[in-house]
Amino acid sequence: MSCDEANHTCDKTQYKEASFWEKVKLNIHLIYCRACRDYTKNNTKLTKKIKVSKIECLDKQCKEKMKRDFEKVLEDQKF
Amino acid sequence: MPNHQINPNKWIDLYSDYLYNFTISRVSDRIIAQDLVQDTFLAGLKSMKNFKGEASERTWLISILKRKIIDHYRKINSIKGKAEVRITYNDDAESEGDWLEERVADPFDKTAEDTMENEELSDAIHNCLSKLPLRQAEVFKMKTIEGFETEVICNELNITASNLWVIIHRARTAMAACLKENWF
Repeated sequence: MSCDEANHTCDKTQYKEASFWEKVKLNIHLIYCRACRDYTKNNTKLTKKIKVSKIECLDKQCKEKMKRDFEKVLEDQKF
Repeated sequence: MPNHQINPNKWIDLYSDYLYNFTISRVSDRIIAQDLVQDTFLAGLKSMKNFKGEASERTWLISILKRKIIDHYRKINSIKGKAEVRITYNDDAESEGDWLEERVADPFDKTAEDTMENEELSDAIHNCLSKLPLRQAEVFKMKTIEGFETEVICNELNITASNLWVIIHRARTAMAACLKENWF
């Protein structure tokens, strides 16, 4: 497994999208690759921090609607 | 001399998530939070001439939002008449035989300190997100925060799965580097 593949599997693991064998191969790679170990460590911490923060976002549709309403008022203000 | 420029065309892309997150932790109702954010943008638009450029746009919008949140609570309190606080639990004869533990603070409940730390962390995440290119931030939010499936995002944004993973990888690398200093 190359480092690029290892990082890709690590990214997929954060979203629970990596298969069992991909994870096995990643773990074997991590035994001898320090750079990927660091990447995996930080990547996992990032996932945890985002989970702990309970951060939320406006969904796309809501944002689009907000934008439409806002642009209408912005246009009216110009005249 | 003013340091900051005002550009309302970009407000929603740049600040709506930050303002929403700020509001949701204070009003605990998604619909009300959305309305308050919308009202803040509209109020900002109306009072654009008052923007002196001394603070950043985001700080200025937050100060408007804080007033909106206070107004919201004022409004619901005036509807109710006034806020009532009733503490009848302990002296109630019917509660005799209730477990003593029920009167003790829940150790798993969030303390003020936890809430504050979460808020600081959310702020830090938003700050880091605002440093990402817009496309990267959009994909990262959809995948990581909103939890959409890869396929849904690809269809929505018209990108391939491999393209999505490249964007996610870049975003995650940048986010980790940004948060590393204070939070890892």
